[in-house]
Amino acid sequence: MSGPSTYEPKSGFTRWLDARLPIARLAYDSFVDFPTPKNLNYWWTFGGILAICLVTQILTGVVLAMHYVASTDQAFASVERIMRDVDYGWLIRFIHANGASMFFLAVYIHMFRGLYYGSYKAPREVLWILGCVIYLLMVATAFMGYVLPWGQMSFHGSAVITNLLGAIPLVGETIKTYLMGGPAIGDPTLNRFFSLHYLLPFVIAGVVVLHVWALHVAGNGNPTGVSVKEVKKDTVPFHPYYTVKDGFAILLFLMLFAAFVFYFPNILGHADNSIEANPLQTPAHIVPEWYLLPFYAILRAITFDVGPIPAKLLGVLAMFGAILILFVLPWLDTSKVRSMRYRPIAQQMFVLFVLSAVGLGFCGANNPDDLIFKFREDKLSVSYSDTNGVAQARLFDDFGEAKAFQSSLPPTAAASIEVSASGFKWLWLSQGLSAYYFLYFLVVLPLLGIVEKPKPRPASIADSVHRRTKSEAGAVPQAAE
Amino acid sequence: MAEHGSDSQSAGGAHAGETRRDFIHIAAVTVAGGGAAALAWPFLQQLGPAADTRALSSTEVDVSKVPLGGEIRILIGGMPFFVRHRTDAEIQDARNVDVSTLRDPQTDDDRLQPKADGTRNPAILVTSGSCTHLGCVPVGPAQGTLGDFGGWYCPCHGSHYDTSGRIRKGPAPLNLPVPKYEYTSDSIIKISL
Repeated sequence: MSGPSTYEPKSGFTRWLDARLPIARLAYDSFVDFPTPKNLNYWWTFGGILAICLVTQILTGVVLAMHYVASTDQAFASVERIMRDVDYGWLIRFIHANGASMFFLAVYIHMFRGLYYGSYKAPREVLWILGCVIYLLMVATAFMGYVLPWGQMSFHGSAVITNLLGAIPLVGETIKTYLMGGPAIGDPTLNRFFSLHYLLPFVIAGVVVLHVWALHVAGNGNPTGVSVKEVKKDTVPFHPYYTVKDGFAILLFLMLFAAFVFYFPNILGHADNSIEANPLQTPAHIVPEWYLLPFYAILRAITFDVGPIPAKLLGVLAMFGAILILFVLPWLDTSKVRSMRYRPIAQQMFVLFVLSAVGLGFCGANNPDDLIFKFREDKLSVSYSDTNGVAQARLFDDFGEAKAFQSSLPPTAAASIEVSASGFKWLWLSQGLSAYYFLYFLVVLPLLGIVEKPKPRPASIADSVHRRTKSEAGAVPQAAE
Repeated sequence: MAEHGSDSQSAGGAHAGETRRDFIHIAAVTVAGGGAAALAWPFLQQLGPAADTRALSSTEVDVSKVPLGGEIRILIGGMPFFVRHRTDAEIQDARNVDVSTLRDPQTDDDRLQPKADGTRNPAILVTSGSCTHLGCVPVGPAQGTLGDFGGWYCPCHGSHYDTSGRIRKGPAPLNLPVPKYEYTSDSIIKISL
């Protein structure tokens, strides 16, 4: 994409350095004079925002590690000390904790943008896969980081996740034991999670370098999906056009970030994590952080065995499958058209996909057996054993009638009265949405590429910009991509 | 890049366009620089002693428990201090020195904090336990080695301190510093960092 280097060292020193380590040339060609499509919208600013997020997390994380003690006896107290005694420790920890949420918020928008505009299609498959690797590393890092404060949710959340791995046939128990370093979550687990939580962000940084490298081979995609044809007409230099645009978006993003840090620092967390971990008492309601809720919902949606595969294993497979399926997306989507702007049916399916992913988040936050809405008014149910010892139940609207019926039964019937609610369960919604999540990748995208008739696309990026400014009617012939 | 950047110049003449852009550049860099500095401050401050560490920066000592001719050694925030109960002979040694011959001239009274009533208690000497040369902890009565001048001796590089904790011989440049302390009663002193 980037043509011959236009970097010209100006001083004696830069000429000397350029002949030995052309790092200034690399930076110039990558971030100053890099030809960038002139039609990028604000959805394209999230790459830069994510870079800021990663740097923020590493900087604040390094500081927190200076004060944190990775020991089950002292971890919780050391975090409280950061909050109370270390100068500005509260600020740095709130930035780190909310920074994780901001990081995921940005990465999800970045991923949805990639899904909508077909950023995973040739020649950007490797770029996309590297992004999936980064996302997977982020999930692992966030999970391990959440264990470190050693609150109730840290402990029991990690217990649930490590036990999940135990569901894998043959090797599951071994993996689980090696992960925990003992029969249960304890000091060895906390120490290795701390070590890996410190390591993985630097691995992420390394993969980000590869991600940007791959980006600069193919060049940026753009909202039309039409490839750059003439660099001079279709592109502008990255600086100042996109440094300023990204910078503006970063400022807005940081304002949102700061609003959370300063006004609602705990709103995305969970109150149970302010209680020190107690291995003998699980909180009533175990949930992961919000950014992992959709996958948690998929996990819990599978409540049925399929042939020889038990529900527990199937749930684990579905949860990991929901992320792993992204890796093969470039080969699942059969359409040659990159941008869904020109794919009327795919566009609607995509909106449904976003809704289902967000909806799964709500499903993950709610108890699967709770009701979203009720089919009828609650009734009273009298359960009893009939003369043959078979369990029976009868519904009543009125307590007096129910009570009278209960009294009429012999003591051997062991009758009891309880409230009977009937309605639509969160479980059913999560099953429906999980089904659509997978159908979107496995059926909708492969089929649409064959059956859908795309709308005409602009002949070039320059043409799309001009057409919009002149608001010309009539279709322009479809471009070869 | 130049041909794109020069678009705005058509608006109000080449010079006016440049001036406006320069202003925006300077304003943007100023805001970014101010933000970076504001951000750097908490990141620097967190390196300093935390509130719980600062809270441990003083301690009270019952000097009546120090045996005559002996000393006790205490740590405040990890820093060593000596509280010595001097004998009459040691007090006389400390007072009989010609102060003008000392490397770091100080009288013995200069090295004693007065009590609430203004009198000094020469029997109790409080000093830092950190040699002014390179920070080793000198040996003293507790170790049975007093050095050539009856006070303390630093085993690292051979500095000798007298019974008032003043440097008399060896590489150390200054007397053992007297910390901030006050008598809260006849027998209790409060030493602060």
